[in-house]
Amino acid sequence: MSTVSMTVNGEAVCGEVESRTLLVQFLRENLGLTGTHVGCDTSQCGACVIHVNGKSVKSCTMLAIQADGADVTTIEGLANEAGLHPMQQAFMDNHGLQCGFCTPGMVMSALDIVNRNGHELDESTVRKELEGNICRCTGYHNIVKAVQAGAKAMGGS
Amino acid sequence: MNENGIGASVRRKEDQRFLIGKGNYTDDINVAGQTHAVFVRSPHAHAEIKGIDCSGALAAPGVVAVLTGDDLAADGIGPLICGVTVTSDDGEPHRAPAHPALAQGKVNYVGDHVAIVIAETRAQARDAAELVDVDYNVLPAVIDTGSAADSGQQQIHEVAPDNVCYNWPFGDKDGVEAAFAGAHKVSKLDLVNNRMVTNPMEPRAALGEYNPGTDEITLHLTTQNPHVHRLVLSAFNQLAPEHKLRVVGPDVGGGFGAKIFVYAEELVVGWACRKIKRPVKWNGDRTEAFLADAHGRDHVSTAEMAMDENGKFLAMRVQTQANLGAYLSTFSTMVPSYLYAFLLAGQYSTPLIYSEVKAVFTNTAPVDACRGAGRPEATYLVERLVDICAADMGLDPAEIRRRNFIPVDAFPYQTPVVQCYDSGDYPAALDKAMELADYSGFSARAEEAKSRGKLRGIGLSSYVEACGIAPSAAVGQLGAGVGLWESAQVRFNPTGNVQVFTGTHSHGQGHETTFAQLVCDQLGVPIENIEVIHGDTAKTQFGMGTYGSRSLAVGGVAIARACDKLIAKGKKIAAHALEAAEGDIEFADGNFSVAGTDKAMNIAEVAFTAYVPHSYPEGVEPGFDENAFFDPTNFSFPAGTHICEVEVDPDTGVVEVVKYSAVDDFGRLINPMIVEGQVHGGIAHGVGQALLEGCSYDSEGQLITASYMDYAMPRADNLPSFDIDYAPTNPPDNPLGVKGCGEAGAIGAPPAVINAISNALGVRHIDMPATPETVWRAAQQAAAVSA
Ligand code: FES
Ligand code: FES
Repeated sequence: MSTVSMTVNGEAVCGEVESRTLLVQFLRENLGLTGTHVGCDTSQCGACVIHVNGKSVKSCTMLAIQADGADVTTIEGLANEAGLHPMQQAFMDNHGLQCGFCTPGMVMSALDIVNRNGHELDESTVRKELEGNICRCTGYHNIVKAVQAGAKAMGGS
Repeated sequence: MNENGIGASVRRKEDQRFLIGKGNYTDDINVAGQTHAVFVRSPHAHAEIKGIDCSGALAAPGVVAVLTGDDLAADGIGPLICGVTVTSDDGEPHRAPAHPALAQGKVNYVGDHVAIVIAETRAQARDAAELVDVDYNVLPAVIDTGSAADSGQQQIHEVAPDNVCYNWPFGDKDGVEAAFAGAHKVSKLDLVNNRMVTNPMEPRAALGEYNPGTDEITLHLTTQNPHVHRLVLSAFNQLAPEHKLRVVGPDVGGGFGAKIFVYAEELVVGWACRKIKRPVKWNGDRTEAFLADAHGRDHVSTAEMAMDENGKFLAMRVQTQANLGAYLSTFSTMVPSYLYAFLLAGQYSTPLIYSEVKAVFTNTAPVDACRGAGRPEATYLVERLVDICAADMGLDPAEIRRRNFIPVDAFPYQTPVVQCYDSGDYPAALDKAMELADYSGFSARAEEAKSRGKLRGIGLSSYVEACGIAPSAAVGQLGAGVGLWESAQVRFNPTGNVQVFTGTHSHGQGHETTFAQLVCDQLGVPIENIEVIHGDTAKTQFGMGTYGSRSLAVGGVAIARACDKLIAKGKKIAAHALEAAEGDIEFADGNFSVAGTDKAMNIAEVAFTAYVPHSYPEGVEPGFDENAFFDPTNFSFPAGTHICEVEVDPDTGVVEVVKYSAVDDFGRLINPMIVEGQVHGGIAHGVGQALLEGCSYDSEGQLITASYMDYAMPRADNLPSFDIDYAPTNPPDNPLGVKGCGEAGAIGAPPAVINAISNALGVRHIDMPATPETVWRAAQQAAAVSA
C-alpha cells in the first residue's frame, strides 16, 4: 500500500492504494466520485475520461500512484452554485444523452476538444475528435450538436 | 397547447443528475460489509467437468466463499428458464435443456459459469478465481449456425437430438407451392443475418443484500424489468417468495434487450448473499459482457419471391436456421419464430407466405432479443429480397415497392401471417423519404462521385414492425408464460404534487419526462410538480418492464387510465365542495368547474380536500391516489421508409454513409426531441450491424471478438448526421394514438445500407458486416466480371 495525495475538483485529497489500483478506482471507490464510469477493459470506450493537469485522460488507463500530486477534474467538478457548466447545459439542450452512462466521459472529452480546437468547431472535427468515446444510445447526432453548441457558449462566456 | 404537455420537446428531467455525475447505477451503490464476487468461467466451448478443486482459492487472502453448482443444487435453487413455448413440427414443445446457473457436470460455451468466488475485495476475488482448479474433459464443439444440425455433429444436449430446439413450419405451404409453380418469375436470395453483441455501455452488475431480521433479499440489478426478474427468480428459481424479494433496477446504462433476461450471475448473487449472510456485489467487465450477455440475430436463410409479369408479389417462401446458442435465454424461443415469421409480410400485400424455421443449439453464448428482436431479421430478409426482385424485373426499387404496398384504404389490414396491421400510409412515407433524400438527384451525385473515383449507391428500406408488446391474450395463445399488460399508479400528495409510479423501466428512453408530460397534459399539473418513479418492486405495484417499444404504447395508456380515475373521483369531491351536481362538473386545464358558472377549484385543492376530508361527499373514500392496469387489444405497427446513400472507395473497400434519411410513422409524438433521439440511436445500431459489427467465434468456440479492440462498435466518425421526418397515421387500437419508436432505426437501417452498397458496387448481394475487406473483394469481383 502507498499513500497518494492529489487535488480533485479543487480539494486536497489523499488515500491508501495498492500499486495496481487504477485512478478510476481511486476516484470511485476511495473518494466516492462515481460520476466517472467504467465501460470497458481495453481503454476503448471513454466512459472514464477525466482531466489530469488540464488534459483529458482515460482514468482506467492510469494508476492512482501516477496521479500523485496531480490536479484532477472530474464530471463532479464542473457545475457550480450558478448552475451547469455551458457544456453540460448544451448536452441537456441538445438531448446529447440518453442513458447517461457515456455522458461524463463525453462531456470531459468535449471540454478537451474545445481546449485544443477552440470555440468554432465543424462537424467533422468533432466526429474525429470523439473517436475515443463510444455511445450506444444517441447515434452521436445530438452529441455532435451539443459539443458544437457548448463550444460556442464557452466562447461567449 | 400546454407548453409542457403532449407534443412539446421538453428538456429531460433526468438529465440533471446524469450531467453532474450523480446518476445512480448499480456499480455506484455500495453497502456496509459488502463482499465482491468474481465468476470462474469456462475456457472451453464444450467440456465435461470431472472435478473442481476449490481448496487453493479458499486459502487465498480475503476469500470468504467459493461456491459451485453442487452447492446451488443442494440448496434447491432451480435452473434458469425460458418463458415462451414454441411447438415443434412433431407436435412436441421445443426441446428445453436444463440451464443451471452454475455448471453441473458440463460446460457448454466459453464464458459458461462454473463457480463464484467471493472475497473482501474485487482484486482478491479475481486473484482467487485463478486458483480454482477445474478438471475438464474437452469435447468437440458445434459452432457454425448453418451446419449445427447436420448429421454427424456432436450432440450438445441429451434432450435435443441433432441439436435442434424446434422445427417450426408456418403458413400455407401448398398454396405457396402452387403460386410458385405458376409464377412469371421467381427471385431468390441466400443471406446471413450476422450475430451481434448488444453492448449497452454499462456492463451488467448485481448487488445482493440479505436481511436476517426480515428474511428479505434485496437485489440491485442492471435490469429493464425489475418485476419480471422478481417473478422469475421467485416462481421458477425458488430464490425467495415474491414478498421476501425486492428487485431494484436503479439507473441503468442502456439495455437494448440485453438486460431483459434473468442471468445466472443475478440468481447466484441473490442466493449467495443469503448463504454467506453478507452483501455480495458483482460488477461484470466488458470481456464478460462479450462472453456471457445474450447475443442477438445469427440467422442463415434462403428467401424466394414468386411474381407475376408486373412484378406483383404472389407468394414468398423462407427457410431460416436460427442459432439459439448453448442454452435457452429467457425469451429466446420467440425471437426467430413469433417475432420474426409474423413480420414477413413487410409492407406488402403478398397474399401467401410460408416459412420454416429451424432453431439450433451451438456451443456459443445464448442468443436472445437485441434491439428489434426478430423484426430486424425479418425486415432485412424482406427488403433485400425486394431489391433482388426489382433487379430481376428491371424495375426501380421504389417502383416495385409502390406496386406491392398494402393500399392505404386496406387498413386495418389482416396479413397472411397472423398480424393485423393497425394503420399505415406506406406510399406517403416513401414519397416523403424520397423527397428528403433527393432521390431524383441521385444519378447526378453518382456521376460526380465517379469523377472522384468513388462509387455512389442508394438504398431503400420500407419496414414495418410490431411494437407495444403486447396483448396478453395474443401472447398467451402463442405460448408466453406471462401476461404483458402494464400498470401505473398516479398519486397526489396532500400539497398537490404528483408521484407517478410506472411498471416500465427507463434506461435512456426518457420516461421520467415523457410520462410527466402525459400527466401534465391530462391533469394540468405543472411539470415540475410531477415525479415519475420506476424500477423498484417495493415502490411500483407491478409491471412488465421495457422492451419491444412498449412503454408508452402500453405503460403510457395505463398512466392515462389512472388519471381518468382521478378526474372521475375529483368530480365527486368538487361537486360536493362547490355545491353542484356531479354531472355539472367539468374538468379542463387542471380546474374542476361548475358548467356555466365561474365557480371552480383546481385539482390541487381537490387533492387537499381528499386528504383532509373535513367536509366531504358521503360514500367517497378519502385519498387521491389511483392505479390502473392496461392490456392492449393489438400490437402497434410503426412503419416507414429509410434511404441510405453511400460512397465506396473501390481501392480500399471503405464505405462512407454520406446521407441517411428516415421518414417514420410512430403515430402521435409526445416529445419529438426524445423520439428523434431514439431514431438516431436505432439507426446507428443498424448501421453498426450493416458495416461494422460481427460477433465471431473460431471453430473451437473461442470468441474472437471479445473486446472493443476486435468488435467494431459504431463511433462518431463512422456516421453522418441523419435527416429525420415523420408521416404519421392514427392507430385506432391505441387510446393515446402512439405506436413506439425505440427499435425502428435498428430495423430499418441494415437493409437500407446493404441495398445502397449493392447498388454502388452493382452486385446482387453482399453479406453484413460490409467491412472494407468484404467490400473490396466484392468490388474486385464486380470489376472482373464487367471487364
Ligand atoms: S473504461 Fe473504457 S476507456 Fe476507460
Ligand atoms: S447515452 Fe447511453 S451510452 Fe451514451
